[in-house]
Order: sequence, then structure tokens, then C-alpha cells
Amino acid sequence: MPTLLEVKALHGAYGESKVLHGLDFVVEEGGVTTLLGANGAGKTTTLRAISGMLKTQGEILFAGKPIQGMKTESIAALGIAHVPDGRGTFMELTVEENLRLGTYTRNDKAGVARDMARMFDLFPRLKERLFQQAGTLSGGEQQMLAIARAMLLNPKLLLLDEPSFGLAPLIVREIFDILGRIVRETKLSILVVEQNASLALAIADRAYLLETGRFVMSGAADDIRKDETLRRSYLGY
Amino acid sequence: MDGLIHQLISGIASGGIYASVALALVMIYQATHHVNFAQGEMAMFSTYIALTLIQAGVPYWVAFCITVPVSFVIGAVIQRVLMEPLAKAPVLASVGVFIGLLLTFNSVAGWIFTYTLKPFPTPFGEGKPLFGGFISRHELGSTSITLVVLLSIWAFFRFTKLGLAMRAAAFNPVSSRLVGVPVDKMLALGWGLAAAIGAIAGMMVAPVIFLDPNMMAGVLLYAFAGALLGGITNPLGAVIGGFIVGIIENLGGAYVVGTELKLTTALFIIVVVLTVKPAGLFGKTLVSRV
Repeated sequence: MPTLLEVKALHGAYGESKVLHGLDFVVEEGGVTTLLGANGAGKTTTLRAISGMLKTQGEILFAGKPIQGMKTESIAALGIAHVPDGRGTFMELTVEENLRLGTYTRNDKAGVARDMARMFDLFPRLKERLFQQAGTLSGGEQQMLAIARAMLLNPKLLLLDEPSFGLAPLIVREIFDILGRIVRETKLSILVVEQNASLALAIADRAYLLETGRFVMSGAADDIRKDETLRRSYLGY
Repeated sequence: MDGLIHQLISGIASGGIYASVALALVMIYQATHHVNFAQGEMAMFSTYIALTLIQAGVPYWVAFCITVPVSFVIGAVIQRVLMEPLAKAPVLASVGVFIGLLLTFNSVAGWIFTYTLKPFPTPFGEGKPLFGGFISRHELGSTSITLVVLLSIWAFFRFTKLGLAMRAAAFNPVSSRLVGVPVDKMLALGWGLAAAIGAIAGMMVAPVIFLDPNMMAGVLLYAFAGALLGGITNPLGAVIGGFIVGIIENLGGAYVVGTELKLTTALFIIVVVLTVKPAGLFGKTLVSRV
């Protein structure tokens, strides 16, 4: 499969404290890639680096084009949708307005209407709560809203930051089922970051294991899932 | 009774001015979480621009239509040049800039246009008051203009894509960037709009209170009281608050405290709101579940 995103020797820091120490990885077109690792390993920072939210060194190529140093909003306009940690809900706005913001970069009315209908099909609960203030949604519903908002960008690459965070197991199951459906039904490429390794490996093609800003392991998701020693020592399940 | 109705109508007329300036304050407040103390002085300066044009022989409405976009540009440039570099600076830095702007506009206006009171023309005619003498032509005209401005602003924010993006950028800049909204441009646009609204308010109030560099000091205080009363987080509330303050000011001035102490009603309202109901009458107490 052709490469959609290529990251070379990525270094990143928050002020003085270095968080990423030279990451190399690729996201293939149409596949699900996952970055696994514990709290503080640098997963969220890696996604933020791709979206241009912090200063980095190294190289980030999207569809062969360098995107480093670009503004976050320009990167989004290129087709990289980012579901941030904490879900990034526009609390004061309605669910409908949140969704409409997802289409900000688009001008194809017919396409937007089609994608909107598709989101209501994937997330029927959002349709029920369309004119409710988004801040009143439950955590799971806000996560669904965040995914739908990102999908409405009609992106080529979807960055997902811990979609399971702070949610009840049943809701997490539901969300990952929907993600699985999205993967099967579209050609969307996804880069998902997770603490919950078993969930992420179940939908991923390829996995990278991150420890304090460095990769300690990478490979096909299936292989990693089957490797019991690896699972016990790094993934803790 | 006639006196009361007259005072009430005057109150609504000046309330419209306070409502406009209150709306301008709330727009900046929502984006920056600070009150732009210089809003009034920016409006005063715009009014001088209009007066200069009119004195140069430009017809009133042409001058009006030039002043509004010029004020918009001044507001947007202030955001880009002065406020944007301070985006991550501590609160006091922004407050310092607001006060600096206030003093700068005030003294520059005094320097260029002098501190003497100047009459400002009304485009609505000086003729006899209308409707049985209850409302002057200027009161009717300026109130109508104010209502048109407020309604257009409301419709813009409620129904347009750009309006939605501006609201989003004010509430949640990080998420806005992630969906592709150029947040810095939205903020500059917000400053421009606020300055344009202020300019219209200045041109509408100047025929009543005469133009001088300190013209807007009182207006800003009333507008601030209105914004707080209605709820500084709620644009519609701030507008309603502005009208209420205008009515209280006029009735209070006529029947309770007298004209000399009118301005203290604004301070009184500010203190009462902040101690009794800090969110204001219509301020949203935000509900959120995690």
C-alpha cells in the first residue's frame, strides 16, 4: 500500500522538556495504524506534532508534501482531521453547530449533505440530540460527536487521540464497533493513539510501541497481539 | 404622565446606544475574556473621522458609509498588531494595552481635534418632535438604526457560516483550528465588527451629547453596566441590559437622583449586579458533563 503519512526523525518539546526523541513511522493509505504506550509516553504529543500544534524538528510528509511549520488550520484543510484528547467539544454550541463546524473547509453542498446523513446513520444518538447544547452530552456522546465532526471534514487521514478515555466499557465497545465499521466501509486512513492496547490492536493493521518518546517495537498488529511475552511486558494484558 | 412617557422613550433611545456599545464589549469579551476599556474611545475617534468628512463637504450618509468600514479596519489592525502578540501573555498585559489604547485615542483626538465641544449633525432632521411630541426625529431615527444594526449582527452570528466560525473561535480556539477555522482572522474580524458597531453608536449619540474627546466615557460606563446586568457572556442579554440601563438612567435622572447624579446609577447597577447576581440576568451558567 502507498504511504500517506511519513514521519522522519521527529523531535518535539514543550518549552524546555523534550518529549519526542526521534520518531520514524509511516501511516499507509487505507489502513489503521496505532501508537501504543503508557501515560506520558508521547502519544498525544505525536498527534499534536502532526497537526502543527507544537514546534518540532525532523520531517513530516503528508502525501509526499512537507507539512511541518504549517498552521494547524491549513493542515486540517489539507485533509488531516484530529479528534483531540478531551474530545474538544464546543460546549456552548449545539450538537448541530458542532457538526456544521466540521464542514467548515468544504464547499460541496451535496457532499456535505451526504456525509451528514451518513454520520446520523453511524451515530443515531447525535440526531436525537441535534439541537441540544453540546456541553450537556454524556462523555460517550461527546466522543461520538468529536468523531463525527472530524469525519465531516471528509479527511484523508483521521487522527484519534484515546477514543476510549474516561468512558464506560460498554460505550467504548460501541465506539470501537463504529470505528471498525468506518474502516471497513471507507478508504480512510486512521492513526489511533490508545492506552487500551487490546482495543486498538483489534482494529489496527500496524502498531508502534512508544516508551518515553522512543519506539521500542513496531510491526503488524496481528503479530504483536499474538506475541504473549511482548503483550505481558509492554501492554499489560 | 406625559413626562414619564417622554422619559421612557428617551431612555429607550439612549438605551439603544448603550446596547450597541455593550454588544461590542461582549463580542471582545467572549473572544479574549477581557473588557476592552478603549471601546468607547475608539467609537469617539470614529465619530471625529465622520465629522471631518462632513465638514469637508461629504454628504452625511456617504460619510457614514465611509466611517464604518474605516473603523472596522482600525479595529482589525489593532487586534493584529497589538493584541495578537499578547495572545499568550498574562491578563495584565492585555488590560495594560486596553488602557494604553484608551489614553492614546483620547489624547490623539484632543491633539488633532482639540478638546472643545463640537456639534454633530443629525441626518434625521431637526423638525418638530413626532407622535404628539413624545419622540424627537433623531431619537426615532437613531433607535431605528440601532435596532437594524443589532438585528443584522444577530442574524450574522446566528445564520452564517462565518458567524458560526467566529463564535467557535471565541469559545474554543484549539478545536476551531482543528476543523480548519483560521482563528486569528476570526479574532481580527471580531475586533473590526466591534469597532464598526461602536462607530455607529458614536455617530448616533454625538448629536445628543456633543462631540469631544471624552464623549464616550459616560456611555462606556452605562454600556458596561448594561453588559453586566444582562450577562457579559450573553450578547442578547447585554443588549437587553443596555436598554434597561438606558431606561433606569432616564427615569432615575428625572425622578430619583437628579441629572447630576445620573452616572452614579451606572456604578450602582454594576455593584449590585456583581454582588447579587454576578452572571447577570441572562448570563448562562454553563452546564457540562464529563
